[in-house]
Amino acid sequence: MSDDAANLNDDTVSLADMRKIARLSRIRVEEAEVAHIAGEINGILGWIEQLQEVDVEGVEPMTSAVAIDAPLRADAVTDGGVRDKVLVNAPKEEDGFFVVPRSVE
Amino acid sequence: MDLLNMTLASALDGMSAGEFSSEELTRAHIAAVEAAGELNCFITTDFDRALARAKDSDARRARGEALGLLEGAPIGVKDLFCTDGLRTTAGSKILGDFTPPYESSVTANMNAQGMVALGKLNLDEFAMGSSNETSAFGPVINPYRGPGGEKLVPGGSSGGSASAVAAGLCLGATATDTGGSIRQPAAFTGTVGIKPTYGRCSRWGTVAFASSLDQAGPIAKTVEDSAILLQAMAGHDAKDSTSLDLPVPDWRAEVGRGVKGMRIGIPKEYTLPDMPAEIEALWEQGVEWMRDAGAEIVEVSLPHTKYALPVYYIVAPAEASSNLARYDGMRYGLRVEGENLADTYERTRAEGFGAEVRRRVMIGTYVLSAGYYDAYYLRAQKVRTLIAEDFRKAWEQCDVLLTPSTPSAAFAVGRKVTDPVQMYLNDVFTVPANLAGLPGISVPAGVDKDGLPLGLQVIGKALDESSVFRAGAAVEAAAGGVAKPKQWWV
Repeated sequence: MSDDAANLNDDTVSLADMRKIARLSRIRVEEAEVAHIAGEINGILGWIEQLQEVDVEGVEPMTSAVAIDAPLRADAVTDGGVRDKVLVNAPKEEDGFFVVPRSVE
Repeated sequence: MDLLNMTLASALDGMSAGEFSSEELTRAHIAAVEAAGELNCFITTDFDRALARAKDSDARRARGEALGLLEGAPIGVKDLFCTDGLRTTAGSKILGDFTPPYESSVTANMNAQGMVALGKLNLDEFAMGSSNETSAFGPVINPYRGPGGEKLVPGGSSGGSASAVAAGLCLGATATDTGGSIRQPAAFTGTVGIKPTYGRCSRWGTVAFASSLDQAGPIAKTVEDSAILLQAMAGHDAKDSTSLDLPVPDWRAEVGRGVKGMRIGIPKEYTLPDMPAEIEALWEQGVEWMRDAGAEIVEVSLPHTKYALPVYYIVAPAEASSNLARYDGMRYGLRVEGENLADTYERTRAEGFGAEVRRRVMIGTYVLSAGYYDAYYLRAQKVRTLIAEDFRKAWEQCDVLLTPSTPSAAFAVGRKVTDPVQMYLNDVFTVPANLAGLPGISVPAGVDKDGLPLGLQVIGKALDESSVFRAGAAVEAAAGGVAKPKQWWV
């Protein structure tokens, strides 16, 4: 897939694209809804198309509203050691660990 | 004595003068909240702790101890701020019964200033919405009703905050604004709402929607009240690296200083093709008020204004898709067990997120995905620079800008919106200030033909909340107040 702006006018989100986006977003979309959501998203993307008409030659992407440098601090431990607090909202917890579905076969 | 229907400023004075206690004031507001269930402003109330805090406050006062800026005042907290030991939902199912073991920096600041928090206010889910209809806890109802008694939206996402303040359930409320979520609901409910310069309020402990746009701010009954609240909320926080390391000015002192000699810019691109006549008329009235108050009126141009909404609807969903990736059912909140890890993620998020949130996360994922990042997100960030540049150039000719707050008054709850873009258009006047990181206030300026509140917005230079408060107060004074809603809820 090219980043060339000229290609975008032909690219609307297909049903296959929609399933891919759902997968990337880690959101289950039932097959019956795929077309409807793709339609809504295409509508929004169609409206956004107008940004292609702006001349952005030589323009830097916006970084911040008020120019400040990223603040630094000494590399020292200032927090932590609160395991029980971290676990207090766990859906499943055991022996001080989060219990999660198996992810390694 | 009527302990409701006073401003925050007069309540603080009243307690100082010993006319009533924080406990009495808090009890009166608790009763008001309990009677206002139909407005659905609160998701979680915290009355026991509120009364304990009120009594503490009275005791501190009696002992002659140092008192805070919000000493003893009953305030509502938008349910986007993490509150220690009190459930925080972000208006979503996906957080389940999540109870933070920590306090957001903004509410910690306010607690240190003696606030008596009544509970957590309803909002659009994850702050995504302009009508408070996307909340998993039901819509909030505007205390103003339509001409036939219709139930109206309070605006969003800070709908609970705006409705609660307008209905006199609390003396002020915290809120957040990413694309207009303080200013638009303030306009719809006849209250004052200010979004400060990006970085004035710490975002630590505030549930993130779009990190380069989110800002906390107050919704209040008057401009002076909003200044008192913002002073208590704002300040540098080492835990938020985007937080400004600058002292918080005495904004309350600025409020009454007037606009003599101030240059008020009127941006011509804010005149929309189908602008309702009443909004246009109110704006012109605002211009006259400023002239009468001794300000100079200057027409200015912000040429990239029309691109602000599409830029926002790329940048905000993109940042949201990243920020909401953490809601995966593993460490807190809802978990829907699936066949395997990926399935658990997908079912948890499909069930836990509402339709608007799912839509925005997926748009965000799309515009950031390989092959589209440059054409969408990067381009949007470049157009954003141009939008910010427009404002910088305007400041050569004026000190603040005066615009309408919204393109309409509050509309009916459940109004059929088949096209999501229709809802997005509510933010047309507010979004540019978020993109440029500038402070903006909405002040009640009049009513439409149905008696529904309309607001005017003042936008200022970065870090110049002072001029924004001064001009906002001038509009408020000239408008002479907007009639309070008559209580119909029981």
